[in-house]
Amino acid sequence: MGHGASHKALIWKVFGILSVITIVEVVLGIIKPEFLFKTQFLGTSILNSLFIILTIVKAYYIVYYFMHLNDEKKNFKYSIVLPLVILIPYLATLLIIEGGYVHDTLAPYINWAY
Amino acid sequence: MGSNIADQSEEKTWDGGSVKPMGASYGKMMMWFFIVSDALTFSGFLAAYGLTRFKFIDIWPIADEVFTHFPFMHGVHAPMYYVALMTFILIFSSVTMVLAVDAGHQMNKKKVTFYMFLTIIGGIIFVGSQAWEWKNFIQGSYGAVQLKDGKIVQFVKDGHQIALGDFVVGKHEQKQHTRNNGLWFEDGETIPNYTVEEVFEAFKSNEEVLLRIERIDPETKQKIIVSREEGLKYLSQSARVVEGANLEVNEYGSAQFADFFFFITGFHGFHVFSGIVLNIIIFFNVIIGTYEKRGHYEMVEKVGLYWHFVDLVWVFVFTFFYLV
Repeated sequence: MGHGASHKALIWKVFGILSVITIVEVVLGIIKPEFLFKTQFLGTSILNSLFIILTIVKAYYIVYYFMHLNDEKKNFKYSIVLPLVILIPYLATLLIIEGGYVHDTLAPYINWAY
Repeated sequence: MGSNIADQSEEKTWDGGSVKPMGASYGKMMMWFFIVSDALTFSGFLAAYGLTRFKFIDIWPIADEVFTHFPFMHGVHAPMYYVALMTFILIFSSVTMVLAVDAGHQMNKKKVTFYMFLTIIGGIIFVGSQAWEWKNFIQGSYGAVQLKDGKIVQFVKDGHQIALGDFVVGKHEQKQHTRNNGLWFEDGETIPNYTVEEVFEAFKSNEEVLLRIERIDPETKQKIIVSREEGLKYLSQSARVVEGANLEVNEYGSAQFADFFFFITGFHGFHVFSGIVLNIIIFFNVIIGTYEKRGHYEMVEKVGLYWHFVDLVWVFVFTFFYLV
């Protein structure tokens, strides 16, 4: 990005996208459509997966346009994005699988009948 | 070619010298690498939250029932509107920040000052909102009873949760002991407004009041409401009345829920606070013309990176604490 060229139009466009996604998330979170909320897929409801996808889309717009990562050199870009993209899903997957396992092991021992 | 030999240039090497294999200045690159490490820290916290949540997946509090307040609307059930508003405030202050960076590229001092000012205001409003959210969370809105084995039970009427004050009559005159009227007394637990016996009596005499346990029905995804007889059995195991939340116990359910809430939103709030302080420093530097003299506004860009990162983390906190 050189001097002079203003990115104002792009900034407001990205703001619009982020706002629309947030509104969609809030509306879905309040009405919780029966079909999305009750259908289980990969250990959670489709609605939850949808929220996570929308969040990642939001993250992409913030990092690539607000933080101008898109304008950086390719090697710099990947030295930032790749560690996060590899390590975070790895950690999250392991811990969530472990959490599910601990639940399956311990939950039957909780007494609910008095 | 030049990248793998020692830099022989006469330029100051503090800024990385003249060789820039990454195409970015030293300061900006290091800000990015700091952000990478901080992002990994936050993912560690959120992943730990995920682990705990899956561990207690069938008894975890439902966010819609916890965060229901909106300013100036008392007693109105308003799930999520407030955090959605907070999200907008933070996204908007991100926009003003990026506009400040944009104005900096055009060496427009006046506009940079104006947008930096708006960003700082947005940040302060956000931190204030978070404080208000914490206040509501700590005070609680309904009150609950903790059983001897640590489970939390809440009270419902016509399918809606009701507060202890709605059906329990408190007659006891137990006073909070304070430090100024006790010689050796330092500190003690806050005494709840009602005793366990009063709650039990009130529940016994109010036929319409039912008991809701922590467990979630996998079919309806709602907390299970038990029958009157079962409810009396549960309540005979009462240990104490819980109002609000602290690190040890809370009226919403699992203690870890409040622990993670305080820790993660607190850590994020501290980041926002640091961001505001950095923004204020840069704001004054802009006013006195430091960057005008330097010939570029890269410092605004660097602090902007941090500010956007704080916004980015909030996007994830919002999803994992309030939506999912």
